[in-house]
Amino acid sequence: MQYIPNILFFLLLTAGVGYFTKNIRTVIRNIKLGIPVAINDHKKERYGNVARIALGQSKLLKRPISGALHAIVYLGFIIINIEVLEIIIDGLLGTHRIFAFLGGFYDFLIGTFEILALLVLVSVVLFWTRRNVLKIKRFLSPEMKGWPKQDGNIILYFEVVLMGLFLIMNSSDYALQQMGAAHYTQAGSYPVSSLFAGVFDAMSQSSLIIIERSAWWLHITGILIFLNYLYFSKHLHILLAFPNVYFGAVTPKGQFKNNQAVTTEVKMMMDPSADPFAAPAPDAPPPAKFGASDVMDLSQVQLLNAYTCTECGRCTSECPANQTGKKLSPRKIMMDTRDRLQEVSKNMDANAGVFVPDGKELLKDYISTEELWACTTCNACVEACPVSIDPLSIIMDMRQYLVMEQSAAPTELNGTMTNIENNGAPWPFNQMDRLNWAKE
Amino acid sequence: MSDLLKVPTMADFMAQGKQPEVLFWVGCAGSFDDRAKKITKAFVKLLNNAGVAFAVLGTEESCTGDPAKRAGNEFLFQMQAATNIEVLNAYEVQKIVTACPHCFNTINNEYPQLGGNYEVMHHTQFLKTLLNDGRLKVEGGKFKGKKITFHDPCYLGRANGEYEAPRDLLRKLEVELVEMKRCKTNGLCCGAGGAQMFKEPEPGSKDINVERTQEAVDTGASIVATGCPFCNTMMTDGVKHEEKEENVQVMDVAEMIANASEL
Repeated sequence: MQYIPNILFFLLLTAGVGYFTKNIRTVIRNIKLGIPVAINDHKKERYGNVARIALGQSKLLKRPISGALHAIVYLGFIIINIEVLEIIIDGLLGTHRIFAFLGGFYDFLIGTFEILALLVLVSVVLFWTRRNVLKIKRFLSPEMKGWPKQDGNIILYFEVVLMGLFLIMNSSDYALQQMGAAHYTQAGSYPVSSLFAGVFDAMSQSSLIIIERSAWWLHITGILIFLNYLYFSKHLHILLAFPNVYFGAVTPKGQFKNNQAVTTEVKMMMDPSADPFAAPAPDAPPPAKFGASDVMDLSQVQLLNAYTCTECGRCTSECPANQTGKKLSPRKIMMDTRDRLQEVSKNMDANAGVFVPDGKELLKDYISTEELWACTTCNACVEACPVSIDPLSIIMDMRQYLVMEQSAAPTELNGTMTNIENNGAPWPFNQMDRLNWAKE
Repeated sequence: MSDLLKVPTMADFMAQGKQPEVLFWVGCAGSFDDRAKKITKAFVKLLNNAGVAFAVLGTEESCTGDPAKRAGNEFLFQMQAATNIEVLNAYEVQKIVTACPHCFNTINNEYPQLGGNYEVMHHTQFLKTLLNDGRLKVEGGKFKGKKITFHDPCYLGRANGEYEAPRDLLRKLEVELVEMKRCKTNGLCCGAGGAQMFKEPEPGSKDINVERTQEAVDTGASIVATGCPFCNTMMTDGVKHEEKEENVQVMDVAEMIANASEL
């Protein structure tokens, strides 16, 4: 009988971690639907980026208010997780505060967690105010209506509840320690929760134990629910930001990807010994599709980008097209990519792991050509992203599909391209007049 | 004045069995656009004055393919690149300077994968090396003490991380350099990039160049300096839209240096 809590805890933990693992495997499967990219270069620079941009939050801090608030919540998240380790060991072994033997250092740890928990609570309230009370433009974009807005708030509620339970757990524990209750050894310092331990003064030891145990169980259950919420939420960034920054571009931002399929075609065209009328060999692979019209045409890094996006909207608020009222929003490009990828994922789940064409595509069903053609390729969105997401590369791949597969460029651009093709300049000037300026 | 311009071509050099110090890649705007041609000439005056043995490709130059690539026509881009690289490699070109950040970016970053490897410099970077080597004198002249703001071209700044070369040159002109709210890594685009120069903007509440020009005008600067022929066009149009032609001029950094020395 005495092992029932241990067994319950084990089952809870297995269920929580198990379901999460299943969903993460789905994320990995979905990312692998993209075109593989071999990235094994610039290792030192990439780890440097992870340290500076992901761990060090260098880009977030460019916006001091939200950056500082985020840094607090992030620090709290990382550090308070040490406490979760203790909770898991206690839960499995039936011990209480197993790390208490650390003595003074344990006091320091618990004290730090408490102060961080309080700071996180304050930050989360401010975050909520920013999202719901203050009229901050980047939270009011059309793509933030409905679920994305709700998602943002749910995450904040989770954090309030978790931090609240953590502090209730500690303060009731503290009160029990003061009473000298059996099992509750004097350990830890409680700079925050001791402040309101007074409310427990009138309570009996047994009701206090009920409060402490309930808070303890609800806290760890809440953490496991939150962990499993990640897959359904933009909050997945807390895990994916790190690999995403690692795989982020290390080349100059102006260097757009070379389309190798096109290089092959151009080489063939320029090869005087190539037979233009030759039938393709029977075992030749089907001709490559130029550009992207759906998620499967994007690279694995671009799909990882989509899962990593936490919809903060720094990209959109820096975008010159968006700022001047155009439909384009780089954040929406990322959200659409993820939404479509999830749609494909559900399709695969329903069809024994095979995607059955559903007559839909990322292009047009999610992202309109009007959005794609509004981009000035200025790289402001790429620069702004705190976790090295590249919305511009998706826009470019989709433009390539529109132009090379569908010949669907805006009319004026068709004229420009014809000029370049015929006379080597975007305007209709004769190439032979190129040096006239020197004689004028 | 213009009859004093010395503009030798690569073919001229080759005929003499010589190699120029640097190839000046003029670009389409620099060759054909009336406003940009003035920048080209100003830069050539500076090169002539500094005694730089440069050459142009002249009629052998063709669009780098930047607008085609950004418009999604990778095929046309790579055809242009292949042709240009063939010409450049045939002349054994080592070093290229250009007054257009789009040409600079494309040749510098996108040609190497297609077989074109050169040392490429933006003209402000090149002018700065001339200055450092004592070959070019930059002094305030009529710009001394004037309030000037620099508009970062996206393809020079964010795309390639060069923010200081043009500003260093402007400081040498002893101007009062004022920054716009959005500058350097946060610089706002003029609206021309990504082939937008060649099409009408999508429907919106405002044109990007107007938004940017208002920001530039708000600094109180009498000159908006830039380093890109397309930014120049967009900002000039913006100044006209704001009816500020009387008070605000848009100039390339090279033009300002040439003007200051009364070249």
